[in-house]
Amino acid sequence: MGDWRTVTVPLLSSDSKNIFPYTSERKSPTSMSSEVLRLSLPSSKSMHSFFSAFCTEENIEQSISYIDRELTTMGFPSIYAESKGKELDLVSMVNCMNELLVLQHKNLRAQEEIEVQHLKLGSDMDHLQNCYSKLKVQKLQNVISSRATQYNHDMKRKEREYNKLKERLHQLVMNKKDKKLAMEVLNYVGRADGKRGAWRTDKTEARNEEEMYKVLLSDYEQRQKQLLLENSELKKVLQQMKKDIISLLPPQKQKPKERSEDGLVLSDQEEDIGELNKENMWELSCETVREQLTNSIRKQWRMLKNHVEKLDNQVSRGHSGALNEKDVISREDHELETGKLELEIQQCKEMIRTQQQLLQQQLTCDDDTTLLLQDCYLLEERERLQEEWRLFREQKKNFEKERKSFTEAAIRLGLERKAFEEDRGAWLKHQFLTMTADCKSENATTPSAFLRSSDTDLRLVRSSSQQKRPPSVLSTTASPEPCQISQYITQNSVASEKPAADYLPNLWVESDDKEETEECTKTWEDSGLDTLCRNLHMEQLP
Amino acid sequence: MNFSELFKLSGLLGRFSPDGKCLASCVQHRLVVRDASSLQILHLYSCMDQIQYIEWSSDSQFILCAMYKRGIVQVWSLEQSEWYCKIDEGSAGLVASCWSPDGRHILNTTEFHLRITVWSLCTKSVSYIKYPKACQQGVAFTKDGRYMAVAERRDCKDFISIFVCRNWQLLRHFDTETQDLFGIEWAPNGCVLAAWDTCLEYKVLLYSLDGRLLSSYRAYEWPLGIKSIAWSPSSQFLAIGSFDEKVRILNHVTWKKITELEHPAVITSKKTIVYKEVEKSPTLGTERLSFPPTRALASSLFSTQSKYDICQVPVSLHYIKPVADKANPKVGVGMLAFSADNCFLATKNDNIPNAVWIWDIRKLKLAVVLEQLYTIQCFQWDPCQPRLAVCTGSSRVYLWSPAGCVVVKVPGEGDFQIVSLSWHSSGDSMLLLSKDHFCVCYLEREEV
Repeated sequence: MGDWRTVTVPLLSSDSKNIFPYTSERKSPTSMSSEVLRLSLPSSKSMHSFFSAFCTEENIEQSISYIDRELTTMGFPSIYAESKGKELDLVSMVNCMNELLVLQHKNLRAQEEIEVQHLKLGSDMDHLQNCYSKLKVQKLQNVISSRATQYNHDMKRKEREYNKLKERLHQLVMNKKDKKLAMEVLNYVGRADGKRGAWRTDKTEARNEEEMYKVLLSDYEQRQKQLLLENSELKKVLQQMKKDIISLLPPQKQKPKERSEDGLVLSDQEEDIGELNKENMWELSCETVREQLTNSIRKQWRMLKNHVEKLDNQVSRGHSGALNEKDVISREDHELETGKLELEIQQCKEMIRTQQQLLQQQLTCDDDTTLLLQDCYLLEERERLQEEWRLFREQKKNFEKERKSFTEAAIRLGLERKAFEEDRGAWLKHQFLTMTADCKSENATTPSAFLRSSDTDLRLVRSSSQQKRPPSVLSTTASPEPCQISQYITQNSVASEKPAADYLPNLWVESDDKEETEECTKTWEDSGLDTLCRNLHMEQLP
Repeated sequence: MNFSELFKLSGLLGRFSPDGKCLASCVQHRLVVRDASSLQILHLYSCMDQIQYIEWSSDSQFILCAMYKRGIVQVWSLEQSEWYCKIDEGSAGLVASCWSPDGRHILNTTEFHLRITVWSLCTKSVSYIKYPKACQQGVAFTKDGRYMAVAERRDCKDFISIFVCRNWQLLRHFDTETQDLFGIEWAPNGCVLAAWDTCLEYKVLLYSLDGRLLSSYRAYEWPLGIKSIAWSPSSQFLAIGSFDEKVRILNHVTWKKITELEHPAVITSKKTIVYKEVEKSPTLGTERLSFPPTRALASSLFSTQSKYDICQVPVSLHYIKPVADKANPKVGVGMLAFSADNCFLATKNDNIPNAVWIWDIRKLKLAVVLEQLYTIQCFQWDPCQPRLAVCTGSSRVYLWSPAGCVVVKVPGEGDFQIVSLSWHSSGDSMLLLSKDHFCVCYLEREEV
């Protein structure tokens, strides 16, 4: 009904990509190929654009009229309610749509069928081409073989002719024998091995055969020996391998429980293996023993393989998320453990290293040298101790000296103080007396004056000597200098305070003195003379 | 390395004696016997015609000189210089002549291979072997000299006869399943005989000493077949070189192929060492040039030095495309040789004519490729150690050993184009042959 033309929808240039290109390199002779409706199946994404590109709100009427035109040309009833009206006949439109859908389905099916056919034809072509090339090869081979047989036949014919000629020639040559000797020789030479030539008899023939067989036999025997050697070596290697494999595998006791059937067999095998191990391998070369050995090795190898595979699986499972928490330790725990172990290992290693070094030191020397060394160490220690003792004693002595000097100084100080007190008392007396004496009379008994003068002189001398002493005191005692200086200060202070002082100051001075001496001692102690303190500390040392 | 001076030679006929003491060489019709180490002339013999072939007897006492044109064989004695022997085949003609292993019989093959005559130097007896096969290797002796195998052809069928050399008695006679037997060769242990067909049929047959067929091997059917065959010195392997550029190695236990060695034009294996011969330009001081140039200067100008360079894989070798429509094409493995210690196999692929391929037999892998500047003429293994000497028609001799390889130029003026070489039985010296001259090269113990 109507022409079936390819529908080219306007305004849809962008959707031309959606049209499936029907690519066929070869024109398949189907009647529908050129006339098949090339429908475009818009993809779902561009469906919206497809639809909106054609009909927009502005050109509804135009697009409807266009559709109506197309449908009517295709043979469908018009979608307008009346021939001129603008109202759409919904029923007819729905019918048209349905028809179009049915048509679409049909076309799709047809397309599929054609594609399938196309594929089939392609594979058929390939197959045929292969067959063709094979046939060609076969044909050529047949040609060659036929030519070869023909050629061989011809060759044989020619050869026979040639043989005939040779025979003829041979006869002629033999007939035409020269009378002269073909071989001229001065004298015959002896054989290389010195023996004389033997006649040809049956015996010699038999001997030849015998020798030949001897040669062959010796060769075979040699080869067999080599093979036996090789075999025994290989068997040894196999035994070794078997032992290694058995040692690698986990203990067999668990296995029989899991697989009861195989377990029995295994236990039997184990017994056999044990027997085989005991016996002398290179003596046994019969079938059954050989089979047993190879079978047992194969079994062990299979078990080892399974074991390794299991381990692999475990590891892979452990890597991938560790779902099976029971079997597999959690990753963090594992890592912690490994960290701990590594630390431990490091510590142990260091310990081992130090131990090794010590051991080496001890072991690298002989016994004598170690003893000597030990003695040396002792001697060294003793020397050191002695040195320290000496020092200690020296310091002790110094300490004693200082103490003595200090006590002397203290004693002197006391004496001087006494003297000073006496002088002061005398001076005060004198003052008092002079004051009273002035009041009383002027007569001063010369002797008393003399005495007084002498006293004053003495006093003066004393005071001067007093004043002088501190420096002399300073000069004589050496070590506790700050102490002496403080003494000097105290004495000067004492001296300076004396004239203004009264009896009370006397006490104060005394107390002062005492305090100051105490202070002095304190400072003397607290000044922390290193040596003395050290000496004191030294005393405390064991 | 020391080189002797050049001596005249004709027909590439220079042979060391089996005991290594003497060196025989031919100049036209004269036979010169020299001392092997000093090259002093010990004997000088004159033959009746131009000598085509010489051979030492196994005990080094006699030398035979064959003159094919005249059909005469003359035998000379080293012990007694006045001793003479002349064998005249007469109208029967002569195409080949050789000694028997005991050194007292001479086997002459008459023209058209009509028969083989066995002449004895000890007795007056003469033996005939009828219907010998006209092929490349028709007569084969075992290494210990006890047995001789002869290829025969009767009524268009091939046969092999085995004779006992001591008394020339026929031991075994059997037919072979070959189209056209091309050659036979004994294994070094003397117990197995290999027989192979022409190149139109790839077939190798292995017979035991007592004539039983042990095995037969055929690699493929239609393309050209076997070009060369070699037994390993221990008789463990049989190497078969064929026109398809491959070597197939059979083992002596099962007589089945254990490996195929290929000879491609591009070498890609990283474990192969490729030595390439490169020319070094000669260095000359310009102030030395003078006119007319002195002889030494001229020779040094024109003679180029060369050395070996190691090439990085992949290396592509100089390849000649074979001409398809000619007989006996230059394709395939044409030269095969095992080293004396059974560890190496040297091969030459004829369409890569400048290269020598050295295979390590223990690993069955290609160990070394030597690429030369010119076509390989000849190579031979040292009879004592794994050392290969190669010559390419230039005046240089090339030596390879597992320790390395070296190029040595034969000193002397003029062209000395080495086309053949042969080792002394002790491995200490080497005979270098060119068309007109020969030279002896003495090797020091520690070299290469």
